[in-house]
Amino acid sequence: MSTDSFASRVIPPAVFGVGFLSLWEGVVRVFDLKPYFLTPPSKIIVQFFTNFGPIREAATVSGKNALIGLIVGAVFGVLMSFTLSRFRFLSQLISPLAVALNAVPIFVLVAVLNNMFSITSEIPRRIMVTLVVYFIVLVNVAKGLTQVHSTHIELMRSYAASDSAILRKVRIPNAVPYLFTSLKIAAPVAVITAFVSEYFGGSQNGLGSRITSNIANSKNAAAWAYVFGACLLGLIFYSISIVLESAASRGGAATKKRN
Amino acid sequence: MNAVELSGVSKIFNEGTLKQVDAVVDVSLTVQPGEFVSLIGPSGCGKSTLLRLIANLLEPTTGAIAVNGKSSAQARQDHDYGMAFQQAGLFDWRNVTKNIELPLELKGWEKAKRTDRAKQMLELVKLPEFAELYPWQLSGGMQQRVAIARALAAHPQLLLMDEPFGALDEMTREYMQGELLRICAETSTTVVFVTHSIPEAVYLSNRVVVMSPRPGRITKIVDVKLGANRGEETRNAEEFFSGITAVREALRGTHADHVAANAVRGVEDR
Amino acid sequence: MISSVRRSAFRAGMFVLSLVLIAGLWEFYKFVGPQDGGQLFGMRILPRANSQAMPHVWDMLSRYGRPEIRGSDRKVWSVVLAGAWFSLRLSSAGFILGASIGVGLAVLMARYRVVERGLLPYLVLSQTVPLIALAPLVVSWGGKLQIAGFEWPRWLSAAVLGAFLAFFPVSVGTLKGLTSVPSSSLELMNSYAASWRQTLIKLRFPAAVPFMVPAFKLAASGSVIGVVVAEISTGLKGGIGRLVIEYAREATADPAKVFTAVFGAAALGLVMAAIVAAADVMLMRNRPKETTI
Repeated sequence: MSTDSFASRVIPPAVFGVGFLSLWEGVVRVFDLKPYFLTPPSKIIVQFFTNFGPIREAATVSGKNALIGLIVGAVFGVLMSFTLSRFRFLSQLISPLAVALNAVPIFVLVAVLNNMFSITSEIPRRIMVTLVVYFIVLVNVAKGLTQVHSTHIELMRSYAASDSAILRKVRIPNAVPYLFTSLKIAAPVAVITAFVSEYFGGSQNGLGSRITSNIANSKNAAAWAYVFGACLLGLIFYSISIVLESAASRGGAATKKRN
Repeated sequence: MNAVELSGVSKIFNEGTLKQVDAVVDVSLTVQPGEFVSLIGPSGCGKSTLLRLIANLLEPTTGAIAVNGKSSAQARQDHDYGMAFQQAGLFDWRNVTKNIELPLELKGWEKAKRTDRAKQMLELVKLPEFAELYPWQLSGGMQQRVAIARALAAHPQLLLMDEPFGALDEMTREYMQGELLRICAETSTTVVFVTHSIPEAVYLSNRVVVMSPRPGRITKIVDVKLGANRGEETRNAEEFFSGITAVREALRGTHADHVAANAVRGVEDR
Repeated sequence: MISSVRRSAFRAGMFVLSLVLIAGLWEFYKFVGPQDGGQLFGMRILPRANSQAMPHVWDMLSRYGRPEIRGSDRKVWSVVLAGAWFSLRLSSAGFILGASIGVGLAVLMARYRVVERGLLPYLVLSQTVPLIALAPLVVSWGGKLQIAGFEWPRWLSAAVLGAFLAFFPVSVGTLKGLTSVPSSSLELMNSYAASWRQTLIKLRFPAAVPFMVPAFKLAASGSVIGVVVAEISTGLKGGIGRLVIEYAREATADPAKVFTAVFGAAALGLVMAAIVAAADVMLMRNRPKETTI
């Protein structure tokens, strides 16, 4: 369809983006809005580059927490998913818990975790991210291991294949896309969780703490710059997960027609 | 006045580009009121496109289409026809009665009149006990009957059908063919019917329009000499088999034209 | 019908069982774990198992029955309940606001392809970016911002943040549903010469409901997260988030109290999810039971 050309897909978002930023800038200038309300994009960019060093440092701290939690959580999630797919009772036990945890602001546990470790440790945040990522990966990969086409299983049984052969040749390949989907969900969540965990006290080196401290010192423009840095961090994590996903999937997914 | 009149109608997609498709080229056809006309042909012969041109869901590139003496666009605005597709297309969230009421709602009928008419239509398709049920609780054949009831709810004079029985098993299909003839006789509806099945076309129609692809056009129109009252015994009649043979030969003619060039698929001998 | 009630009861039972097992694991670690924390693979990742860092489960539960502050009349459970109720109201307000705007924007995007092309990429990306970073900024408007004589109350910031997080999944999910209609149904509506508005109300919206249901679930948890984060990032008075922070500060003296607030926050999330789930059941009645999310 000619309407799906590159131009038609790139120009509208570009126009909207530029329009939104211009409107923002314009409204702040015309109405002379106070800095504690809205800072114009021009000032934010300036602050971002002025504070680039500290922003990068803070982002590294938060990012490291997110990354460690992401990797450890994913590894444990994958390992546990094998057990879950093997023992149906376990999956029946864990699944309502996972559903409930999805609904709950689980990061408040950081308040508890902070108490269990030394005050300067980054471990509570990493544990928090690990926990959140663990459940996301666990549920999705377990689904991938168990929700296999029944015809595939019937075929394997007709070859008198052992359970472990079925695992290797059918279940695991089936689960791989589920793993990457879960990483796509978990990567941004890891950043958000690492971030939010910093509001509970403890070490003040990450992006979240810097934002609050800047606001407390009425340096709102700098705070916006740190927010921008946090968004960039989130985008980086998401992009990596997308790259991993496309590297792992051969052939494209069918797209449904938009009506 | 003719029920449907097509004069020199063509539909070209993506004209002038590499992807140009001559879906329908220079088709002329008249359908008399009360007639049952089938369109049959291999994939790509333009039969579904032609149906949609009559329905004013597509605009012709050239030529004129008249329905009930009006332009096809006006006929669509006036709800002069009802349509049925291969997928019954009933709305999952409405029960059977509400599905039938849909065209009447859109026409602005008041509630009492709508309910009455829906009840009438359910009697017509012999499904009165199913009024409160939901589509997913019905079999494929029953869903199609509800779809037909919906198509006829506003008593249009023309019924346009695009392979409505294609997804049904053979026994249900034959039963539905009989039911369709009965319903159309009771309501004196004109029908333009697209199908892949030669026996179906012959059993149902007064005339069978054989089409061929690349470009989509009418090759031959076969008159079916089976008369008005058709029943189960009609499937054993001499004229039924001769009609099938005539249509098959007309299709073979189109087949032979293209057998060297491309594989022509899609016409069943069932 | 009976089997689905039985199934729900079974799942609830499993949930309780898993909680009991977690409590069991907690107590087990308290029994065998190093009292002052320990090392594993050379890193200090084993938490302290003493009663100050890890109170007994029974202590946590019984803490509800005792007064909040020494000498006060109010029991902990009543304070936590009041805080959770406060936050629940804010989350609901945020949810309704965010979901309404989300649905409205989805309709706009479904109607005008160019709006969809322009906005949808941002909407999708926004869900991957920690927008929650804006929380302290939005909350700081409270008490300082004045628009035409209307002073921005601090609690409104929390609701706005909840709305913000609820808005994105609803707009994306609703749009997906509105545009997922099969071509033959659209042709049917065309054959009735139905207007875009009639098609929207009679076809697109009902067809979109199965897509909106999971979006609402995400929006419910998003609104809770937005409100709680707003509360904790600047200690909004009255909410459960503030209680978590407050009690966490007193954790050295009163270790069990922080757990009461944590459980309260969890209850908040569960109640919000239950409300939305009940609405979802209502919306999906009379539909074929094909999808389980």
